[in-house]
Amino acid sequence: MNQVLDGIVKALQLIFSGDPTVYGIVYRSLLFSGIATIIAVLWGTPIAMLLGLRDFHGKSILKGLFNALIGMPTVALGLILLLILSKDGPLGFLGILYTPAAIILGEAVLVTPLVVSITTTAIEAVDPEMMNLAKTLGASESQASIAVLKEAMNGVILSDIASFNRATAELGVALLVGGNIAGLTDVLTTDISKYTQRGDFSYAIALAIILLVIVFGINLIIVSARKVKILLTLGGMPQ
Amino acid sequence: MTILVELKNLTKCFGNRKVLDGVTLQIQEGEILALVGPNGSGKTTLLKILAFLEKPTGGENKFQGEIVTGKNAERMRLQSAMVFQRTLLFSTTVYNNVAYGLKMRKMPKKIIEEEVKKALKLVRLEGFEKRSAKKLSGGEEQRVALARALVLKTKLLLLDEPTANLDPKNASMLEEVIATVNRELKTTIVMATHNMFQAKTLPHRVALINDGRIFEVGTAAEIFGKLSKSLASFAAVDNTFAGTAKITEAGTTIVDVGNGVQIEATLQKQGETSVFISPQDIILSKNLLKSSARNVFKGKIIQIADLGLLVKLTVDVGKPFTVQITKRSFSEMALNLNVEVFIVFKASSVQAI
Repeated sequence: MNQVLDGIVKALQLIFSGDPTVYGIVYRSLLFSGIATIIAVLWGTPIAMLLGLRDFHGKSILKGLFNALIGMPTVALGLILLLILSKDGPLGFLGILYTPAAIILGEAVLVTPLVVSITTTAIEAVDPEMMNLAKTLGASESQASIAVLKEAMNGVILSDIASFNRATAELGVALLVGGNIAGLTDVLTTDISKYTQRGDFSYAIALAIILLVIVFGINLIIVSARKVKILLTLGGMPQ
Repeated sequence: MTILVELKNLTKCFGNRKVLDGVTLQIQEGEILALVGPNGSGKTTLLKILAFLEKPTGGENKFQGEIVTGKNAERMRLQSAMVFQRTLLFSTTVYNNVAYGLKMRKMPKKIIEEEVKKALKLVRLEGFEKRSAKKLSGGEEQRVALARALVLKTKLLLLDEPTANLDPKNASMLEEVIATVNRELKTTIVMATHNMFQAKTLPHRVALINDGRIFEVGTAAEIFGKLSKSLASFAAVDNTFAGTAKITEAGTTIVDVGNGVQIEATLQKQGETSVFISPQDIILSKNLLKSSARNVFKGKIIQIADLGLLVKLTVDVGKPFTVQITKRSFSEMALNLNVEVFIVFKASSVQAI
């Protein structure tokens, strides 16, 4: 218990002293997760719009697949990506294994099912006549789809937050394809694991506190911001 | 008169279900045409085809002499606008809702501002620009939806039961707007309606539709005069009854519509006739009211339909009567299926068709 309390005290000292090691890890975590989330949103949102707005053969299978992939164990995905990105793997030529790019790619793949599933659900919750409404007012097919997406904005934002949090909080992908190289590919989760194994609780606890603050803090900010009129109006405004 | 729309042998199927079956219809430029038919008759589907939102399965749809295909439908849609039965507004301000179509057409900002202001004035919602569209009353929502379509000044305006969910005051206001738009802008209007009185007074022509087929088109006088029996047996419209009329000594008319139901009217009719009572003219009570109304019937509630702000009840008094009351009254009176109630309406509310 003394060791834990001692660790907490030292952790708070590290946080408030602006320790460059700690903040370097935080910066890399946020950067990699942020970029991964943006990539996932960019390629996941059109998929969600297809699933949410169109009927086609195999739609329910595809939806089921994305729903199932939400629960993909991060270490299993990390292993698969390791094999793909390794020298002998099909994408070995990219030479990105044990680099930030590998983590970003891995986390983007990890959170894409989350983006797709939640965004699809949000789109499906919009009144089905919304497309026809936009079209009868002169919108093209794509403009009408965007109008529907804007009506689903609350759900879209939720999927983005959830995806960012998952990317930030995951361990398996970052560890296996990133290699936890200090100053390059080490992130909050990999370093918490490393410092805990070493018995260096002050760093581990500091990073854990920051991770929790990020995960809960972002949620809190966005939930509060959703109540702000301007953000809601901007988010819900058609073209 | 120029033909704006020509439908030839139009069919529409959804899977195995045939919703429109060989519809042939011409719509003249500048007219108001009412589509009268029961739920499931194909009115909404027909309106959507006219709005270029649905493709027919078979047959031909010509707009301004040009056949409508998948390729030109998007262009044609700029010439029409549809207002849906269920009011749908975007989650933004009234201004942005009304301006949406103009923005799609890339109109300059200043023109958009002017046109939105004019449209809101037309529907008597001046000053509502900054209000959230989600915080309006039912009547205001419907008027915003109408303004949003009117602002586009399209050649063709399609209205699906535009006053169905409105109280009489808002309904009357909307009917006035529709008539004004047609008169001043020469907009061709096709409206689906259940309201016999509306179908009689507002449109230039009426088309009766049932089971996906149009079986009669004519002026209101032609339709309601010549075909009164088939129109009543149409069961298309609430509270229409065919029966035998007899003038009483007091000078009123008693119409025996069957099953022991005799309706007293201030009409002067003898012999076979059809009558209509607007649901809004019927008062519902749980206890017998003493009033000057000549028509008092006791019955049971057999159907309840939630229309948002209003509730539509079907009361079986021997014949089914449709009554419309506010949701507030519905909950205050603790009404439910099989509850016994009284329906009351004046002899002067009974209209001949």
